[in-house]
Order: sequence, then structure tokens, then C-alpha cells
Amino acid sequence: MSLYEEFRAHVRAQTPVALATIVEGPGIGAKLMVSRTNGTEVVTGSLGHPDLDRVVARDTAGELEAGRTGVRHYGPEGQATPEDLVDTPTVVVFIESFSPPPQMWIFGAVDFTAALGRVAKVLGYRVTVCDAREIFATKRRFPMADEVMVTWPTPMFESRGHTLGPRDAVCILTHDPKFDVPAVQGALATNVGYIGVMGSRKTHAKRLERLAEVGVSSPEQLSRLMSPIGLDLGGRTPEETAIAICAEIIARRTGHTATSLKLTSGSIHS
Amino acid sequence: MREILDDIDRWRSAGKKVAVARVINIEGSGPRDPGAAMAVNEDGEVAGSVSGGCVEGAVVSEALGIIHDGGPGKMVSFGYSDDEAFAVGLTCGGIIRLYIERLDW
Repeated sequence: MSLYEEFRAHVRAQTPVALATIVEGPGIGAKLMVSRTNGTEVVTGSLGHPDLDRVVARDTAGELEAGRTGVRHYGPEGQATPEDLVDTPTVVVFIESFSPPPQMWIFGAVDFTAALGRVAKVLGYRVTVCDAREIFATKRRFPMADEVMVTWPTPMFESRGHTLGPRDAVCILTHDPKFDVPAVQGALATNVGYIGVMGSRKTHAKRLERLAEVGVSSPEQLSRLMSPIGLDLGGRTPEETAIAICAEIIARRTGHTATSLKLTSGSIHS
Repeated sequence: MREILDDIDRWRSAGKKVAVARVINIEGSGPRDPGAAMAVNEDGEVAGSVSGGCVEGAVVSEALGIIHDGGPGKMVSFGYSDDEAFAVGLTCGGIIRLYIERLDW
């Protein structure tokens, strides 16, 4: 199997893989690949010198862990400190990480769920719909979902909550205290980057009381909850609401203000 | 690159030579992030994109040159303030650097 074929197999299977390519300097075009399957790192390919391979493999594994893509500079024998790089030709290495797609867990098999699932798919999420009611939580109602789970929030978070990270989102659309209180509790126990909870301001106020009853009341915990969910776009339909939720997720991740660019100044992409 | 794999496979199984251009870095304002990729086959067919459409035409001619010359990969840059850049600019005013190579690895 060629390096490209191995690389392609990892990308298709969504196992984490990073590709390091010399894009400038001696050995241009040479490649080294680091993949991680079930916690084991595998290094394939070579950049032409064993010391360079060792240093770049180490850095590539680090970039892969963080899901980052970028450029690094070395000497032809893996020198990496500025003093060592004086008087040597520079090898410019482009390290590109391919991490599995971010996850969105949507709790509640309601009208808004299908629209949110569709918009999330456009943004590249792996979408999981979760509801305890068997007649509502069906693949037929949510064909866009990668997975439809008939279960309660608590077992869902207990078995898989550890897979959620800063790039992931949990959207709780149930409006049902039996379901949304344990879902909020479960989500708060993870490192998930976004927790949105649907409901009117009245529902939100009542939910805060119920959360306090189960011990969720600290400002740090409550500040993680985006509730009521979504940006104030004024939309009404499930699709418009889905855009408002996803726009909020993007703005939270980037730390931008979600104001019209016309009303702001400065660099757009920074 | 994930999104262009199907087109690349189709071309390769039809025996076509393929080149891939990847965004390496961006200075200033740029429409696509590092890693954005575009593939070109020997007939000039294109999959994916590396900018908002400002430099794709120039990337196709570079890629075809690399496919036909058979040489190693190379860096090319586009942007208003780079003397060696091509006569196309990014409408958003940034500089984009790409690495273009044949897919023969």
C-alpha cells in the first residue's frame, strides 16, 4: 500500500492522522505520517534523515493531539533551536492534522431536532440524536443523524461523556424537566465546549430552580449554560432557530461578538 | 483534503495524473485556513478550492505545469505585496502560500 493509500484509509475511517511534508528546502516533497489507532502511535514514511524523522514525528504527534495544522522549521538533521539553525539550510515542514469531526449531541426528538441536525451536518458535525421515547427517536424521523439513541441522558453521559471536548456541542431541546435536568447535569460533568438549553425565559427560570434543587447552582456551572439557546436573530421556524443555535456555537468558539461586520472595525478573520 | 478524496480516487482509477495544492499559510485576511486543498487532474478538471475563487485559475495552470513537467512539488504565493506573486490578487487583501505537488506518493 502506498503512503497515500494508507493516509486515505485513515481519513476515511476517521482515525486521527497527521501528515508532515517538506514544502521547502532539501528533500522537498518527502513525507512522514503519524496515525493513532486505539491509543497506539504509528509513524510511516521518512523525511530523509533519522534525526529529522525523530524530531518531526514527535512534533507531529503533538500537533495531532491538539488537532492543529501549521508550519515548522528544522535543520536537515532535525536541528530545531534557533542557534543550531544558523548556517544550515532550512527545512520547512507543513504538518496537517486530520482529527475526527466534532460531535453534536441533540437531546429531544422534537421538531427542532431535524432542522438542527441538518444545519449541524452542513457544518461537519457527527450528529447524535438522543431521546428516551422509542416512538419518536427513530432513524426514519432523523435520517440526517449519524446515530439515533433511545436512552436517558444519564447512561449516555456515563458511557460516552468522556469523548466530548472543546470542539463538541450538546444541545438540549426537550423542554421536559425529567429529561433536561439530567442532560444538563451530565453535560456539565464533561469538557464539552458548548451546552445550549432550549426554552422560553420562563422555562429557563423554572429550570434554574430545578437545577438548584439537584445542586447545580454555582456561577461557574451556570455560566457554561447557553440558555435560552441561540443568538437573537428573531427567527421563528425550526430552520431559522437551527441557524441561530449554530451561529452561537461558532461565535462562542471564536470569541467573536456576532455583530454585523458593518458595525464593527478591524480584521475580519483574526 | 477529506472532501476531495472521492474525486481523486475516481480520476486515479481512470488512469489520470493528479496534482494537489494545499494552503500552507495565510498572512492577513484569507478566506480559507491552512490545509484547504484543491486537486487538479491532467485534463484540467478541479475538485475543492483554496480561496474564495480568486486564485483557483492560476493554481490550475501551475498544477498542470507540474503534472506535465514531472518535477518536484513547489511553493507558490499569491497576494498584492509579494513581488514574485502572480498577477492575481486576493480580493480580501491577504497573502496566501500554497504547496503544489503531483499525487505520486
